Amino acid sequence: MLCDDCGRNEAVVHITQIGPDGRVEKNLCEKCAAAYGEFMATEHHTRNVSMDDFLKGIFSNHTDAEEVQQAGQRELVCPSCGMSYRDFQQSGKIGCADCYKTFRQQLEPLLRRIHGSSLHRGKIPHRTGGTIELKHEIGMLRQKLQESVAQEEYERAAELRDKIRALEAQLALKEGGAADGNQ
Amino acid sequence: MAINELLRDKDITWLKSGGTDSDVVIASRIRLARNLRGEPFPNRADFNQLAKVLVATDGVLPELEKSMGMPFDRVDVERLSTVQREVLIEKQLITENLVKNPQHRAAYVSDDRCISIMVNEEDHLRIQCWAPGLNLDLPMSTASTLDDLIESKLDIAFDEKMGYLTSCPTNLGTGLRASVLLHLPGLVFTRNVGSIINISPQLGLAVRAVYGDAKEPVGCLFQIANQLTLGFSEEELIENLKSAVTEIVAHERRARKALALYRKEQLEDEVWRAYGTLAYARLLSEKETMELLSKVRLGIDLKLISEVTADCYADILTVSRKSYLQNLAENANMSKKEIDRLRARKTRQALLDHRVSAEEHP
Repeated sequence: MLCDDCGRNEAVVHITQIGPDGRVEKNLCEKCAAAYGEFMATEHHTRNVSMDDFLKGIFSNHTDAEEVQQAGQRELVCPSCGMSYRDFQQSGKIGCADCYKTFRQQLEPLLRRIHGSSLHRGKIPHRTGGTIELKHEIGMLRQKLQESVAQEEYERAAELRDKIRALEAQLALKEGGAADGNQ
Repeated sequence: MAINELLRDKDITWLKSGGTDSDVVIASRIRLARNLRGEPFPNRADFNQLAKVLVATDGVLPELEKSMGMPFDRVDVERLSTVQREVLIEKQLITENLVKNPQHRAAYVSDDRCISIMVNEEDHLRIQCWAPGLNLDLPMSTASTLDDLIESKLDIAFDEKMGYLTSCPTNLGTGLRASVLLHLPGLVFTRNVGSIINISPQLGLAVRAVYGDAKEPVGCLFQIANQLTLGFSEEELIENLKSAVTEIVAHERRARKALALYRKEQLEDEVWRAYGTLAYARLLSEKETMELLSKVRLGIDLKLISEVTADCYADILTVSRKSYLQNLAENANMSKKEIDRLRARKTRQALLDHRVSAEEHP
């Protein structure tokens, strides 16, 4: 019997693989069998593929219901890079920074499913971030304020309210300043 | 071009022993994903747009070198041979993703090999920093400094609500992947590693075997990393990973202690047999080398072997890789036997290089 893989040498190793497609029997020569046994770092590669498939699964499942609703509407396409939401469902990859604006509505529930949240709480770029850093802080304080009101911690709430006011004044000053600078 | 040195170099600084908890934690890594505003992400960009990104990042490189106080090697992926690309992947300086479409793909690798910035991988920029042992703070602060510097020159894609915008939504927000490389022979031998792999997703962490698969890990090397990137600050993500790692380290030490207590004779025999094979074998396969090397490292960490220092581990891990040896021999068509022979020779040499001299070792 000749080797199933190279078809040149006599098969001396017989292996049975049980995989998703059921039982596969293989008869291999010594050389080809060594290649099977040899372990390689290529395994990352297959992992990426399955990860992508997994993501694709999440993305498309999620929108099936929505698609029916939107059937009448025209398909969303990113004006900057031309990617459609369908492209994203297929590849699992976003096309450009503007896609996040274009598909925000569809992406937000998805992000909550992947990360359990859709709101960034980490680092903010100093230059491109502009006043975001301040706005973020105000947002966080507001959230805390609501929590303290709900828990009837009025003293803490008052403190937070004052802090928010001070920051809002700063923000108005900065935004006003920026606007003046542009004129 | 210092690329030859980069390929042949067997010193990988961040694999060296001596960091915090280095008996269990081999190395720590931080990766930040960043994209430039204005150009589509690499998967959707054409050659012109990719070239633009590369020109822009090349422009920042001198600043990066200045602020880090050392030169960087600029690796042009398109100009490397297949074997050369594989060597850099083995050394974890670049990824398979970067070489899939090599055009306009590059990496900036720092002189000490602890920083590698990939351009036009899945995202425009992937900043990677390493440190030996359990030390996530140092690479995080280095990566953050590099990020700030790049951001001061180039417009980075950022959204107020969604954070740093990335090609894959699984990296969105912080764009941070913090990971730790663990050597867990104790948990593998006592068959406890499965429970760690199973529990980790509940903590927002992912554990995987670096070589082989979860059922049959080779060399007992595991990587643990944060899965979530959005909704938490960088500090929170790193703190979460650190506390999980600290827990795993404690479990691993307990397992080793139990092994050393209840199976002392067998353990001693096994680590010395492994040492003997590595020191005298003439043909070594990649898998066998990794398995034996793991035992030798365990022997050194448990102070059963004091003939060599723990640094032989990093050397052998590097010199035993297939593409490294092929590149060294300048022959991409070596037979398996030729590679196994060269691997055995290099392994013996590495053990000799790290022998503890007679005066230090009575």
